[in-house]
Amino acid sequence: MTSQTLTPASSHTGTRGLSALITAELRLFLRDAGNVFFVVAFPTVLLIGMGLAIPGMREPITDLPEPWLGLRAVDLFVPLMLCVAAATAGLSTVPAYLASYRETGVLRRMATTPMRPQGVLFAQAVVQLAGVTAGGVLALAVGSLVFDAPMAQNPLLALVVFLLATASMFGIGVLIGGLAPKGATASGIGMLIYFPMLFLAGLWTPGPMMPDAVEAIATYTPLGAASQAMSEAWFGLGMPWVQLVVMLAWAVLMFTVAARTFRWEV
Amino acid sequence: MNTITRMPTVASSSPGTAPVVQVVGLRKTYGSKVAVDDVSFEVARGEIVGILGQNGAGKTTTVEALAGLRTADGGTVRVLGHDPQRDPAPVRELLGVQLQESRLPAKLRVAEALRLYASFYADPRDPEELLTLLGLQDKRDTPYQKLSGGQKQRLSIALALVGNPQVAILDELTTGLDPQARRETWDLIEAVRDSGVTIVLVTHFMDEAERLCDRVVIIDDGRVIAQGTPGDLARGDHAGVTFRMRLPQPLDAALLVGIDSVTSMREVGRDLEVTGGATVLPDVIIALHSCGLVPEEVQTISPSLEDAFVALVGRPPQEDPS
Repeated sequence: MTSQTLTPASSHTGTRGLSALITAELRLFLRDAGNVFFVVAFPTVLLIGMGLAIPGMREPITDLPEPWLGLRAVDLFVPLMLCVAAATAGLSTVPAYLASYRETGVLRRMATTPMRPQGVLFAQAVVQLAGVTAGGVLALAVGSLVFDAPMAQNPLLALVVFLLATASMFGIGVLIGGLAPKGATASGIGMLIYFPMLFLAGLWTPGPMMPDAVEAIATYTPLGAASQAMSEAWFGLGMPWVQLVVMLAWAVLMFTVAARTFRWEV
Repeated sequence: MNTITRMPTVASSSPGTAPVVQVVGLRKTYGSKVAVDDVSFEVARGEIVGILGQNGAGKTTTVEALAGLRTADGGTVRVLGHDPQRDPAPVRELLGVQLQESRLPAKLRVAEALRLYASFYADPRDPEELLTLLGLQDKRDTPYQKLSGGQKQRLSIALALVGNPQVAILDELTTGLDPQARRETWDLIEAVRDSGVTIVLVTHFMDEAERLCDRVVIIDDGRVIAQGTPGDLARGDHAGVTFRMRLPQPLDAALLVGIDSVTSMREVGRDLEVTGGATVLPDVIIALHSCGLVPEEVQTISPSLEDAFVALVGRPPQEDPS
């Protein structure tokens, strides 16, 4: 028998089933080998590739002042990989998931149930953040174990920078995913932004090797600011207030615009 | 006082006779385009009601307003007494919706999808029971992308039912299915109705409506142009009888023209098609028999809902409504 409950139906609306939704999204994420590779493994693969294959990466730096003197290029890449992890998820899997969930009608179907389609966004954010964290931790572990690279001198600051970097990258990802008509289009747009972001983060010219003019511009881009702030957290240079504010501003701006422009339906 | 004070739940707001779905003067425009101009209809408990119309007639917009997915520009909509626009939460608990072209994530498995959607509802149906009802037990661990069109459609119906709804909206249920899968789906819908769910069926297939629906509402250009039982609509104004017969030899037409109940005759190939009043068939046979004639073959022609639809809408089904 179905008994009509006497509690108002709206008491749990929107949150009932949220943990089941997160579990389901996590399963789906793990079933996609491409996701797992890009979000979790790619930063580590990049680090190992650069650290072992490029000559001179493990030679101590002799032509830079303190605190860089005596470090190796590969040491500079280790904190950068945390930013790469955030950007990879934020600019590839986040927009692709959201756009394809709209394209295929997953959000629309959800809208007819007591679960709100926003719940899918939340579940995706939790899962992707877990993926980025796993990717970052894996890169740090390999950096430490394989290359004996130094860890952050200011771990708390590094954590704050990591979260702000992830928030600003996810903000861009949600904005793209909310506007791109298809999953494939969203991935394409994400990739167009991804590579300039990596450049400004110093993937080709890590830390102090970046030309001054580029560095001045990079400070005001989300991933450039993240990379500079992460360097400061890692090598104990001070408090990167400007970069922290830049990342926060990007995150707030992106999520605000995304909230206004997000299209729930085709 | 031992009076139990009830919360204003569905049970108290619909004492048996109140319509389960009530739409009055619904209007919805997108910019300058009028999708729904003026649509009114009701659905009683336990009915299967078909919303019929061509593509672009306003069917989907109408059911989207019922489901609370669209904000109407005018008119009122009530589902079990609740307004889906202003108070959508109880409607989402009580109304199951199977939307046209809503897919699931490719790698989500059948049983996972059912358990996931069940977790959203206060009083869900048992996912296992639905797997059995929809014949998906063997597919429980199959990812969505590996299902056939019919299996996807059945899963979609199961998801519409997993919240244990009192009303289910099924939009273009059998589009893209092969004839065998369509028939199986129809049987299933009847089983669902028999389990106590009121059904609103959106379709542009007349055979589907004729087979399943207790009543149909025909929408054209955003307006209801006819509603009634499929039989009544098919018979329309001309409550006559038409039959074709094949005679062993040519007939003197004057013989039949003299019969009162005959209204028209025409030759169709080797057959003679006769239309007339309720008694036209026996009248003609008796008249022929009195002249020693016995038709080799007699076939009565039932007017179909499709004929009625074309007559009402005034253009063939493929024509673009613009």
